[in-house]
Amino acid sequence: MSESPTSPPQRSRRWMLYAPLGLAAAAGAGFWVMLRGLQTGEYDPRGVPSALLGKAPPDFDLPPLEGSDLPALAIADLRSPLPLPAPVLVNFWASWCVPCVIEHPQLMRLSREGVRVFGINYKDRPADAAAFLQRHGNPFAKLGRDEPGRVAIDWGLYGVPETYLIDRQGLIRWRYAGPVTPDVLDKDLRPLLRRYA
Amino acid sequence: MVGRPEDRLRDPALESRAQEIGRELRCMVCQNQSIEDSDADLASDLRRIVRERVAAGEDNAAVMRFVHDRYGDFVLLRPPFNPVTALLWAMPFIALGGGAAVILARRRRAAGTEPAPLTEAERRRLDELERGNGA
Repeated sequence: MSESPTSPPQRSRRWMLYAPLGLAAAAGAGFWVMLRGLQTGEYDPRGVPSALLGKAPPDFDLPPLEGSDLPALAIADLRSPLPLPAPVLVNFWASWCVPCVIEHPQLMRLSREGVRVFGINYKDRPADAAAFLQRHGNPFAKLGRDEPGRVAIDWGLYGVPETYLIDRQGLIRWRYAGPVTPDVLDKDLRPLLRRYA
Repeated sequence: MVGRPEDRLRDPALESRAQEIGRELRCMVCQNQSIEDSDADLASDLRRIVRERVAAGEDNAAVMRFVHDRYGDFVLLRPPFNPVTALLWAMPFIALGGGAAVILARRRRAAGTEPAPLTEAERRRLDELERGNGA
């Protein structure tokens, strides 16, 4: 084989030498963007959009949490009378859920600021749930107990905590799976609460 | 096969239909297992719901629709064909077409090009080699 740099077929194929390098560089850049997104929380590989976005929440009627004086929660609280005076949050949580502890101060802050936060206690023992609220404070205007987890499935829940934003027309506008951290609160939730106010 | 035996349906025909449906549904917690293969709590709840609906006489499509309405396309291990998933489904054909295009282009070029004529330098080098004093 001639090594002559002037032979045309070889020159035209030189780019092929660099193609794998270029590909690796592009893949590396993509990977870096993904990792950064993971760190800042902008990219969640497990995040799945809710099938209920833009729809009304499913029918439900949950019992109250015994041992708390909180009123029970039912679909009527999200539906009538429309339009609601302000958007509301529905938060699925459990006392055994560690990320719920991380999230709780943000819910407390929102409820102090006058945002209506409704709670659905998921697969929990009443005594444990009541003790959790005693210890960490109660952000919920109303609280329903979903011990069998059936209502949660109607909402398309796949873990706790999950938070849903219901707009004044009673439609689900946002679902966040995972703890509402101060970052999520400031970057996502507050702008949404303003937009749907 | 996971789950407690007492959760299975008595009627083997119904149970096998329930399993058939369950194998098509993704466990949203572990994501790469079907609800029939997963030990997650949510998967066992969904297995129970599938069995209740099968036992109540719903056909497979209706049971799948019940879960799909709540969890969206992602819950189906075989995604449906729609505008969002079109690229996903088209990908094998795009890859195949791309490969075929490359092969065709290379063939055409191989058939169409004459070997380049020797340059003056190459001819001289060849003469030297043939005379036996190369290397």
